[in-house]
Amino acid sequence: MTVQDLSPRAPVAGPVPGSLPAPGPGRRFRPNLASPKVWSWIAFVLGLLYFFLPLIGMFEFSLRARRGEYSFDAYRNVLSDPQFVATFSYSVVMALCTIVLGVLIVAPTAFWVRLKLPWLRPYVEFVTLLPLVIPPIVIVFGYIRLYNTSSWLPMTGTAMGTNILLMFGYATLSLPYMYRAVDTGLRTIDVGTLTEAAQSLGAGWGTILGRIILPNVLVSILSGAFLTFAIVIGEYVLAALLNRPAFGPYMVWMGGNRAYEPAALAVIAFTITWACMGLIQLATRLSKHNRVERR
Amino acid sequence: MTEMTGATSADSAGAARPARRPLRLPTTWIGIAPFAAFAVLFLILPTLNIVLGAFRTPEGAFTLGNLAGLFTPQILGPFWISIKLSLISAGLGCLFGLLLAAAVTRGGLPPAIRSALMTFSGVASQFAGVPLAFAFIATLGRLGLVTVLLNELFGIRLMALGFNLITFTGLVLTYLYFQIPLMVLIITPALDGLKREWREAAESLGATGAQYWRMVALPVLWPSLLGTFALLFANSFGAVATAMALTGSSLSIAPIILFAQIRGDVLGNPHLGYAVAFGMIVITGLANLAYILLRARAERWLK
Repeated sequence: MTVQDLSPRAPVAGPVPGSLPAPGPGRRFRPNLASPKVWSWIAFVLGLLYFFLPLIGMFEFSLRARRGEYSFDAYRNVLSDPQFVATFSYSVVMALCTIVLGVLIVAPTAFWVRLKLPWLRPYVEFVTLLPLVIPPIVIVFGYIRLYNTSSWLPMTGTAMGTNILLMFGYATLSLPYMYRAVDTGLRTIDVGTLTEAAQSLGAGWGTILGRIILPNVLVSILSGAFLTFAIVIGEYVLAALLNRPAFGPYMVWMGGNRAYEPAALAVIAFTITWACMGLIQLATRLSKHNRVERR
Repeated sequence: MTEMTGATSADSAGAARPARRPLRLPTTWIGIAPFAAFAVLFLILPTLNIVLGAFRTPEGAFTLGNLAGLFTPQILGPFWISIKLSLISAGLGCLFGLLLAAAVTRGGLPPAIRSALMTFSGVASQFAGVPLAFAFIATLGRLGLVTVLLNELFGIRLMALGFNLITFTGLVLTYLYFQIPLMVLIITPALDGLKREWREAAESLGATGAQYWRMVALPVLWPSLLGTFALLFANSFGAVATAMALTGSSLSIAPIILFAQIRGDVLGNPHLGYAVAFGMIVITGLANLAYILLRARAERWLK
């Protein structure tokens, strides 16, 4: 066993620092074209070019607004545009409302299913994955048919009603991510024991959820929340078809009417996505730190 | 959370659950009532409404005429472009994503590169839609950075060579920006699941690296690869915003036709719009079904 384990590596004098197991019996330290390591670097560099050129291009383009020199004029124009301020704050408020709604729907459900209806879990999970299967444009088409002014629940009749419909639509789009995040969080804690312990101390369901379960899965909820934020802030189809003044339709309008400002908007949107993902990583790291400390 | 408080009384009976389940069901179900109501009202009913609409005449009678209307050049054309676009962008996304993932997991690159790639993939797979289109216009568009640089430094005129971002090729190139990272995110765990012992066993039997990949690794990875392909297919099939921001409406793909139809009944028959939406559900549904089935097969090896 030991001999067989070692024999293929025998020709190699010692492990290359940071490298995985020897790729082939004929490997040498001198890089040659047959070595996977060379190809790996080539793949990596090509990937780097493909993924970073558009980011550099986008940034460079956004600086070109003034003829002959680089400037932040495009950003200045965008940030001072009242339309930008209005649509961006609309989308931020929308994203925050969606997060609250999503947490209120998902957290109690995931908790309850784990505690009382475990056999229902695959079915609930299936439903939460449906928004990945049904294209968003079809879902919003359904909303327009179902909740138009001549229907039983005329939500699109008023601006507020449409806002609420849009919020529920966003909650639907983010449902797969939110549910997965919360359910993964719940898996790491003993829901049954925590609930019984709380009950035996006289806690009601509100206390159990708000003061026992939520704090324990806060990091998972935050991950879901940041992802929801990133999704909602740049969303286009739902907002455009429901005729709401959100950031996504504003970006498309700018794309058709301005030259350099769209690139500046893209940089802003990309920064927001990065920030959200960064915050998810940060939250996850902090939670690991906490877990270790607690033990 | 108030509905939870309402269920308190249900719990005292909770202990006796297996014995008297039929009696207790209604109270336990209150706990998922909000979720059920939400899913029915904002996910299931709207979809059903579209699906049923596809089988109805404007007067409400049953018909297959709308579906038959799908098989006219006016609709088949865009659907075909959409399917080609999704097939090609999913295929190339799988290929390049696999190469990148293999490079960081198996290729002996420093571990720091791996974690950087995973983080970046998490961001890039979410960086779709309108901003992505703008980034590509700023890079490969008529005045884009790469277009200008190639012209100034090497005298290569992309436009003269027949490249145009606002075409099918440009759309594939743009879609790859979120397809490749998605592939990397999904396939890296699968590559990690390839056990070191398999490679060592193959090598001790005298296999070359290529033989190992062809005869051991790829057969094991096959279901994961096909499954992810199906997921990437569905992912690009439903995408609208990127294509609209990139091409305006000059390239007719199925979601753009549907978008125009919802906005202003361009097809001249509202129920044909339902049929187009139904066709999209069927295609993404089939792709996802393939993903689920193949994933179940793939997981056998990853325990």
